Amino acid sequence: MSKFKKRKKGIPAVNTAALPDIVFMLLFFFMVTTTMRETSLQIDTPALPSATEVKKLEHKSLVSTIYIGKAKDPKYGIGYNKIQLNDKIASADQVPTFIINARTKVAENEIPFMTTSIKADKQSSVGTIIDIRLKLRDVNALKVSYSTNTGSDIK
Amino acid sequence: MARRETPEINAGSMADIAFLLLIFFLVTTTMNVDSGISKKLSEKPPADYVPPVIKERNIFEVNINRKNELLVEGERMDLKEIKDAAVKFIDNGGGEGKLVDGVSTGPCDYCKGEKSTASSDHPNKAIISVQSDRGTEYGTYIVVQNELLRAYTELRNRLCEERYNMSYTELENLYKDDINNLELKKKVEDIKTAYPQIISDAEPTSTN
Repeated sequence: MSKFKKRKKGIPAVNTAALPDIVFMLLFFFMVTTTMRETSLQIDTPALPSATEVKKLEHKSLVSTIYIGKAKDPKYGIGYNKIQLNDKIASADQVPTFIINARTKVAENEIPFMTTSIKADKQSSVGTIIDIRLKLRDVNALKVSYSTNTGSDIK
Repeated sequence: MARRETPEINAGSMADIAFLLLIFFLVTTTMNVDSGISKKLSEKPPADYVPPVIKERNIFEVNINRKNELLVEGERMDLKEIKDAAVKFIDNGGGEGKLVDGVSTGPCDYCKGEKSTASSDHPNKAIISVQSDRGTEYGTYIVVQNELLRAYTELRNRLCEERYNMSYTELENLYKDDINNLELKKKVEDIKTAYPQIISDAEPTSTN
């Protein structure tokens, strides 16, 4: 009996005092690294239209986004038809270059699956969209997604 | 007398709290998934391309003017009514289907429409043509597209319910989870060919 008692005393408790530190370190790591990496918007955040028949965009790396909306900087003029490609306000003529640039970043066999996501403001006009669409067709970028919120706009 | 030892604060649950926070951040920082109406543009036609002649009755014409008003088949219409009008048009089934590999698909036996001779022949022949003005608001354009898609979804759901006892949306989700399932694939294809989505964008009206 005495033998057992002796042994029990001998086992030291595992010190878990450092565990919170480790977990906090992980926590901070995730908090810091998950800041969204997104191109800075040169236009006001577009108020997307709403739709119910939406499909999710998969494969983020294969998506190139075109923004349309009102420029933040008044030097580009007012109106909701400013196009942003990458970090700059551009015109529809620059869309083919933008798409070809995006293509160089993906593997050859994945090019047909590339999608262009158009994030346009509700108030922009269809003419701008059509211009872009024609340019996209010129470079054979045929998959397009009109980015929307989920919901219904019909009152 | 010796100083009484201060009792140690139990830090055992600290880890739990930290884990909880960690998991909270892990879960909430999922990037908001980009979703939208997907469309496949038509390929650029060759220079000498002559568009096929399509019977007037097989085209459902939707016009949106620069004041965001709708003109459907020559009549003014409200946004709310367009879905039902589209359903009626697609589901009419007033004639023979198109030729597939030289064989006619025959009359539409699953259509529940009026079988009117003034409306579409068959869902696979029914074309919805959306013409908008350059000045049309993008929001309205998307709403119209969405309503038209809803018409197709409604019809597909109905047919799928009849044939496979589940809605098309459910079927598609099942297929997505099990992409290699040939049986599901066949079902999805079956519904898709029964009601193919043919929505075309006509050239815009004004050019300013």
